[in-house]
Amino acid sequence: MSAAPASTLKRTPLFDIHAALKAKLVDFGGWNMPIQYSSILQEHHAVRSAVGLFDVSHMGEIEIRGPEAAAQVDFVSTNNAVKMKTGQAHYSALLYEHGGFVDDILVHKVSDTHFFLCVNASNQEKDFEHIRACNRFDANVEFTSDRYAQLAIQGPNARATLQKLTQTDLASIKYYWFIDGSVDGVPARIAHTGYTGEDGFEIYIGPDGAAKVWDAILNAGQEFGIKPCGLGARNTLRLEAKMALYGHEITASINPFEADLGWIVKMEKGEFVGRGALNDVLEKGITRKLVGFEMTGRGIARDGYEVWSEGAPAGWVTSGGPSPTLNKNIGLCYLPVEKAVPGVAIQILIRDSPVDAVTVATPFYKRAKG
Amino acid sequence: MSYPESYRYTKEHEWVHADGSEGTIGITDHAQQELGDIVFVNLPRTGASVKRGETFGSVESVKAVSDVYAPVTGEVTAANELLSTKPETLNGDPHGDGWLIKVKLADPAEINALLSAEDYQKYVGAE
Repeated sequence: MSAAPASTLKRTPLFDIHAALKAKLVDFGGWNMPIQYSSILQEHHAVRSAVGLFDVSHMGEIEIRGPEAAAQVDFVSTNNAVKMKTGQAHYSALLYEHGGFVDDILVHKVSDTHFFLCVNASNQEKDFEHIRACNRFDANVEFTSDRYAQLAIQGPNARATLQKLTQTDLASIKYYWFIDGSVDGVPARIAHTGYTGEDGFEIYIGPDGAAKVWDAILNAGQEFGIKPCGLGARNTLRLEAKMALYGHEITASINPFEADLGWIVKMEKGEFVGRGALNDVLEKGITRKLVGFEMTGRGIARDGYEVWSEGAPAGWVTSGGPSPTLNKNIGLCYLPVEKAVPGVAIQILIRDSPVDAVTVATPFYKRAKG
Repeated sequence: MSYPESYRYTKEHEWVHADGSEGTIGITDHAQQELGDIVFVNLPRTGASVKRGETFGSVESVKAVSDVYAPVTGEVTAANELLSTKPETLNGDPHGDGWLIKVKLADPAEINALLSAEDYQKYVGAE
């Protein structure tokens, strides 16, 4: 990541709070974001065993309105937007015509004529331009990132924490559904979604209310041992849950079938951007695929390391690091499709030395359903 | 955490403590704070040579790998075994139990070129 001077980095509405909490701040795609407050390990464990609070206001929002909003979202993304019910959310992808990823996104259906998209921070302008360029239904496509702060409350005690601050019955919001309500008196879109592999909520609020809501949630979660959590823990948590990160598992040169995300591609729904290319991919078959691995030798695999198999280079690590929950060193990598199955011996080239690893089934961590 | 007066420091955030012809090498409290939770330490074997200014091992936090540079030239006489099972010792006691290696100093006078505790703290403060 390029090292821009801190003064030119973008800040979320909670920047002063992060500074006061003495968070370690880093340049994350042009945003000055907390990587950790106390310790990545402690924050990670807080989310797995209690509850953690993340400022993810750097994420972008794009809204699509109009009588044919559903058709437009359906055309520009891979999942089936037309089938969605009001109040439902789903994971989806924006693709280029050649079938590679523009971004992965969350789509929320607010009404028959209004869809709310949450997109990656560093892709938001690109996504907006892409959707506008593919606007064949004359929908109103609006870039609304400045109107929202986003907080993620994640962990087994996330619901109990948030329930103290809202009239909305959170138990009534099914997984990947949302309700417009309020949190601590501030209007909020409350979505039962997350990026940690743990139960939890993501809430969208106006930037002016962000500091008040942040403090209220930290107070409400005190009895459970809530911790403010940075992007460091967010990354170890999502890796354990095998959730993709743009720029790592998914890029413009990777298609959804390679990324093991065929489940968000609805070929049968009809035309959409990238469908033709994906059709060719399905006819020919993919040659490489994402697979999980764990280290059996001493060493930690990191993003970008080369993967070897049977004495020859075979792929690359997309994300790697320690798994605090499993106490193992884990990672995701691309391998030839015949090797992208559990139980294959591989070597990770760690600083010019091959270190043994084995492919494994994913996700690495799956929460017990409560 | 205090920086022992008897140690010498580098701008790459290593320390060395010389006792006769033996030197003990570690990373500074500032370095461990910057790295965060340390989860893996890679050190040379006994008998290996380390050369001043060259990397001799690595320290890995949850987030990243960092090279460690030798503040002095010498031959490794011991590597801290404790760090292979309890790497977090480096966070808790970087100037003590979290030492990395001991070396037989090739030239004890090399130490004199390094920073004093006071100068190192000034350097870190200004960084």
